[in-house]
Amino acid sequence: MKYIDEYRDAEAARKFADAIARITTKPWTIMEICGGQTHAIVKFGIDELLPDKITLLHGPGCPVCVTPLELIDKALDIAARPDVIFTSFGDMLRVPGSNADLLSVKAAGGDVRMVYSPLDALKLAQQNPDKQVVFFAVGFETTAPANAMAVYQAAQQGIKNFSILVSHVLVPPAVEAILSSSTNRVQAFLAAGHVCVVVGFEEYVPLAKKYGVPFVVTGFEPVDILQGIYMAVRQLEEGRAEVENQYVRAVRRQGNLSAQQIIREVFEVVPRKWRGIGSIPQSGLGLRAAYAEYDAEKRFGLGELTVEEPPECISGLVLQGVKKPNQCPVFGTLCTPEHPLGATMVSSEGACAAYYRYRREEVVGLQSSVFSREIQVASQQLVVGEGEK
Amino acid sequence: MCLAVPGKIISIDATDPLMRTGKVNFGGIVKEINLAYVPEAEVGNYVIVHVGFAISIVDEDEANRVFEYLREMDELAELEDETSS
Repeated sequence: MKYIDEYRDAEAARKFADAIARITTKPWTIMEICGGQTHAIVKFGIDELLPDKITLLHGPGCPVCVTPLELIDKALDIAARPDVIFTSFGDMLRVPGSNADLLSVKAAGGDVRMVYSPLDALKLAQQNPDKQVVFFAVGFETTAPANAMAVYQAAQQGIKNFSILVSHVLVPPAVEAILSSSTNRVQAFLAAGHVCVVVGFEEYVPLAKKYGVPFVVTGFEPVDILQGIYMAVRQLEEGRAEVENQYVRAVRRQGNLSAQQIIREVFEVVPRKWRGIGSIPQSGLGLRAAYAEYDAEKRFGLGELTVEEPPECISGLVLQGVKKPNQCPVFGTLCTPEHPLGATMVSSEGACAAYYRYRREEVVGLQSSVFSREIQVASQQLVVGEGEK
Repeated sequence: MCLAVPGKIISIDATDPLMRTGKVNFGGIVKEINLAYVPEAEVGNYVIVHVGFAISIVDEDEANRVFEYLREMDELAELEDETSS
């Protein structure tokens, strides 16, 4: 396909990898924020093409992974109701809540449907006037224009039986949370290309300046990612901390202004809790008062919930780049895509799922080595830890 | 989640600006896509599509920049090799 195949060219990828090796003189740690990039990096083995001095950390850019447990429990509550058609993107369906997931609600008789677009959910509402149609509006800035448009059109067309359960998060506040943390190791960021398609990249300019960290807006194909890494390494080696754009074929400095207009019309910035990370001020989107009647939490009278994460899951540390998935004692043993303990093992963009899918041989290999003893010991410690609670 | 795929616009229906839609061809698979956020897009343009919405028009000139960058990098490396040897 045009605009995909040429960016998967092995020769071009190798040239960038060689160039990175040529200019790297010191150890550098770079974080790719977006889960889509994490998936591509692990799938194409991009990290293995890099010199040992370059470490890639995988960031929190997986909306499915950071949707808090409380909201998934709320989704399960709504989806189980008899007069409801609950709609969602496919990868939310298997994310574990406290006791179940959306697929098990469907198996128990709930009307849960996977949709490709929020507009499909709106269409279902028009076709089923006697049902309440709820869409699980999960996503970053990239998805906000689509979800905002569904609500805007519902209001314009007077579709009353449609609502959304909102779990929208924003990238720059999460980046700042990582940069201001005492455990931060990130020296440069690959900014998520499709988020920047929508909102542009002006917001990173003050962050680059304040923390002295380069940002490179980067696309999703192997050649894009390798060029993004090259540009980041070059800035680091030259002592620069600027915002550069690798993904010039799609991203404009100001972003997409007509999309931003509808986002601002429907949503406002609110504090949000991130699964595995905690509450981050001004880090999400919620419906404005004028669109409150489309808020599923209000429509179904759901109050505040507080629930605990499984104690063995270290997805919070993985999402912040503090740990790699295969440093988790239960990775690939107690926690697998079939029986996930955390959302990072569910979504194809979750770092744990990507490592499980493309790096399993290493896990199997590790288990037969000394490392398996460490896993056993660590698991026992966890069991002991649980017993003490 | 932020997966977005480039496709070519093969027709546009602009009766209602908010519902401006078009048929977009993704390597042989044709889907109806909302074009409200790319008001300037024309038939023949490539657009980047996310969950049923076109969010950007692919800039065909800029699309080749990465390969020009590679060529410049190659030339620079050759120059450096020559000066060092």
